[in-house]
Amino acid sequence: MNKGMRWGLLIFILPVLVWLLLLIVLPQVDMAVMAIRADNEWGEKGFSLANFRVFFSEPIYWRTFARTAVFSVLVTFLTFLITMPVAFYITKVVSSRFQGFLTVLTLLPFWVSELVRVYGWMILLRESGVINHFLIKSGILNKPVELLYNDATMVMGLVYTSMLFMLVPLLSVLENLDNNLIEAAYDLGGNVWSITTKIIIPYCLPGIVSGSIVVFMLTLGNYLTPNLMGGKNGLWFTEQIYNQFIASFNWNQGSAFGFLLLILSSAIIWIGLKLTHQSLGKVVQ
Amino acid sequence: MIRNIPQAKTYSQGFKLYVGLYFVFLFAPLLVTCVLAFNDSMFPSLPWNGFTLDWFWGNGPVKTGIFHDRINLDSIWVSFKVAFFVSLSSTFVGTMAAFLFEQEDFPFKQLLFFLMLAPLVIPGVILGISILLFSNTLGVFFETRMGLDVGLFRPGFWLVVLGQFSFITTIATLIVSARLKKFDPTLEEAAMNLGATRFETILHITLKFLRPSIIGALAVSFLMSFENFNTTLFLVSSQATLPINLYLQVRDGSTPVINAISVLMIGGTSVLALANLYFSKPDR
Amino acid sequence: MQTDLSVINVTKTFKDFTAVESVSFDVEKGRFFSILGPSGCGKTTLLRMISGFFEPTSGVIEINGKNMAGIPPNKRPVNLIFQNLALFPMMNVGQNIAFGLERKKEKRVVIRRKTAEILERVGLPGFEKKKVDQLSGGQRQRVAIARSLILEPAVLLLDEPLGALDLKLREQMKIELKTLQTQVGTTFVYITHDQSEALVMSDHVAVMNKGRFEQVDTPRNLYSKPLTPFVARFVGENNQWPARMTGINTIDGGKQASITTSEGLAFKAVMKAGIDPGEAVDLFLRPESIVLEPDPSIKTLNRFSIRVQSILFDGANSRLLALLPESGREIQISLPQTRQFDHIQPGSKVEAGWAPESGILFPAKPVTP
Repeated sequence: MNKGMRWGLLIFILPVLVWLLLLIVLPQVDMAVMAIRADNEWGEKGFSLANFRVFFSEPIYWRTFARTAVFSVLVTFLTFLITMPVAFYITKVVSSRFQGFLTVLTLLPFWVSELVRVYGWMILLRESGVINHFLIKSGILNKPVELLYNDATMVMGLVYTSMLFMLVPLLSVLENLDNNLIEAAYDLGGNVWSITTKIIIPYCLPGIVSGSIVVFMLTLGNYLTPNLMGGKNGLWFTEQIYNQFIASFNWNQGSAFGFLLLILSSAIIWIGLKLTHQSLGKVVQ
Repeated sequence: MIRNIPQAKTYSQGFKLYVGLYFVFLFAPLLVTCVLAFNDSMFPSLPWNGFTLDWFWGNGPVKTGIFHDRINLDSIWVSFKVAFFVSLSSTFVGTMAAFLFEQEDFPFKQLLFFLMLAPLVIPGVILGISILLFSNTLGVFFETRMGLDVGLFRPGFWLVVLGQFSFITTIATLIVSARLKKFDPTLEEAAMNLGATRFETILHITLKFLRPSIIGALAVSFLMSFENFNTTLFLVSSQATLPINLYLQVRDGSTPVINAISVLMIGGTSVLALANLYFSKPDR
Repeated sequence: MQTDLSVINVTKTFKDFTAVESVSFDVEKGRFFSILGPSGCGKTTLLRMISGFFEPTSGVIEINGKNMAGIPPNKRPVNLIFQNLALFPMMNVGQNIAFGLERKKEKRVVIRRKTAEILERVGLPGFEKKKVDQLSGGQRQRVAIARSLILEPAVLLLDEPLGALDLKLREQMKIELKTLQTQVGTTFVYITHDQSEALVMSDHVAVMNKGRFEQVDTPRNLYSKPLTPFVARFVGENNQWPARMTGINTIDGGKQASITTSEGLAFKAVMKAGIDPGEAVDLFLRPESIVLEPDPSIKTLNRFSIRVQSILFDGANSRLLALLPESGREIQISLPQTRQFDHIQPGSKVEAGWAPESGILFPAKPVTP
């Protein structure tokens, strides 16, 4: 509009540009460049797709990759199944006096570090853990069983870690869902099942999609939970990346893996958005 | 179905039971962790051997409590420092970004907006390694071309701050934007109409309106920084942050001193989270 | 008389849409001037140009004789009362009112004294510490006005400030605003889509339609002598009745038009320049100009008969909704609540009449072939 406004724009845009360019764009470009470089026969760095060839020729790599993707989708779906009734209960069923209190109570544990939460599960589940202690004391078992370090536990841990990111968007869309809609559907002869599938789920779709994207992304990129709770032979892809970087010190290979993970997460999120006819900008709001 | 529609007893009882179980699931690990911090045992497990505060105040040689545990105390201090710088810078730049995307108009705005959201869909591990790579590239460049050895480009304190800043700023932007969206632009026009300059308007009207969300962004970014593991993992040097330090102890097994630290963290974050909730109520 | 505000040939276009088209007017010092028009007619755009939030595409805005081109809103000697009032919710009443003076770096004691004075003047003494959300609708209104008046603007602009109030309060605030304006003597420019607000409060009213001024006049003239069919339709109620001019006769030195309505009823009406016999016209007739069961002795009245369809009871504003038996045309007629017409029921056949002076003729809109 006038000169003051233009100055404002400049002041606002500078730090943002510096942030996004130096810490997001250029590092990603650098990683992509690293991924397509490898030692050639003479031991010099040059353009090469060798890193990707390694990925496809070594079953351990692409199997871990596929396993990570499949488990992440599973975790996302389970998280939705578990949290949806809770979100519905808090926003629509419980008397409104307790609503605020229950909301705070469901969100509070997630402010605590993921590490502390995983640690809590470890001392509950491991061979010398609290659950085994009670099972033996009550005579159900006579020998402790290792409940940790298997895929089921790992999935449970990932679901536990992710619940918040599904709950928050679900709570907010359900909050906006007019009770009259449900009452009207009920009045018109709907039952619990038909109201849930025809009214509630379609209405909540934006919230479900945004929750799913975040949960999926965080699960895919998780390192702690699979590392500490998963089985020793069931690797997570982020562990492969970590190994390449820190253990093997093969940064080019690690970059290629990182690049593949980025492609995977972007691709699945894109497919999810397309299938549900949503857009990223809308979902983030 | 909902609170004002009468429902069969089994249905509502079943629903209650489910939500009850959910809360047990939610709190069991935290509760067990806290309880075992006070168990007089060398291992964080049952049986219960009596109450002790040794894992907080114990000063060796058998039991070293957290307040005498040099290494863990150091890492807590490092995490505090990192979180301090990250929360301040992220909230500052995030507020700028909120103004930029909510109030300004410029070419390629949509593109920049999506770029701003990108850190949400890039896994933290990837952010960590990409920043590690890029800082290394810059470091090599400065060293070979200019003969400068810039410490910032090597893993360490400031690189951790930058790495966390890179995605926490997006969160801060979204928190501040959410409130700025609810801002009535006629308030700014009214202020200008009453003789305020653009700067005075932002200072007296807009920032005052945004204050709860700015406090919220500070608190959230502080917590996120304090707890970050994924991004930090690749950028950290000998000065480990608390989560990195704890990770090694959790993985390799340790005394209940971890439980004591957990109790402190649970207490600290709960206080901060509740305070944030209280202060960021918009109608306060 | 000094002119406070001059708008000369101002036009504002947005891309390919013209919001305001060559509008000119002057407002004299101390006047209450209203701009009346339907929503979307461009009146808010005009107001925002005067207050400086938009620059005109062409034309000149002068305040106190000074050209305002390029002067930002915070430097103009005009203040705006926003539609939603825009009271700062993060401040109390006193801080809201003091905001403008603080920007002028006025001394604290002066600010405090002036704030107290202006609150007294708008009838809210001692309200400094109240929070904005504790105020009633009318009080918020007064705080918003006080916040602007304390800066002693040359012109106070008001953008439909009564729109959000309920009917009773709106009626009360109309009178209050007018009283306040007379007291402080500041020039008010008031925009509204509510004709009653404009007519009750203003010295002059501009009727705006599609970015142009149709007529600028006193409220009385707008009502009784509309210059365009739009003004006739928009200000007050009117029955619009298509007819054809059949001839011109001279009566008592004045000219009178003979017209025949589309039903074939022959009427006499005041002549309007620029219409020739044989041309299509629209007759505008206000509901209160039609007399029910007129005295048969009055010879000059135009007479016709109607069939009552329904009675719209609304206290002093009650109406008859009547049909012309010849064509089924619907006509609204005022129904005075004097008990004299209590016998009229839906279905009754009633005689009606109107004086030739009270009907207004306009050339009918040319029918596009």
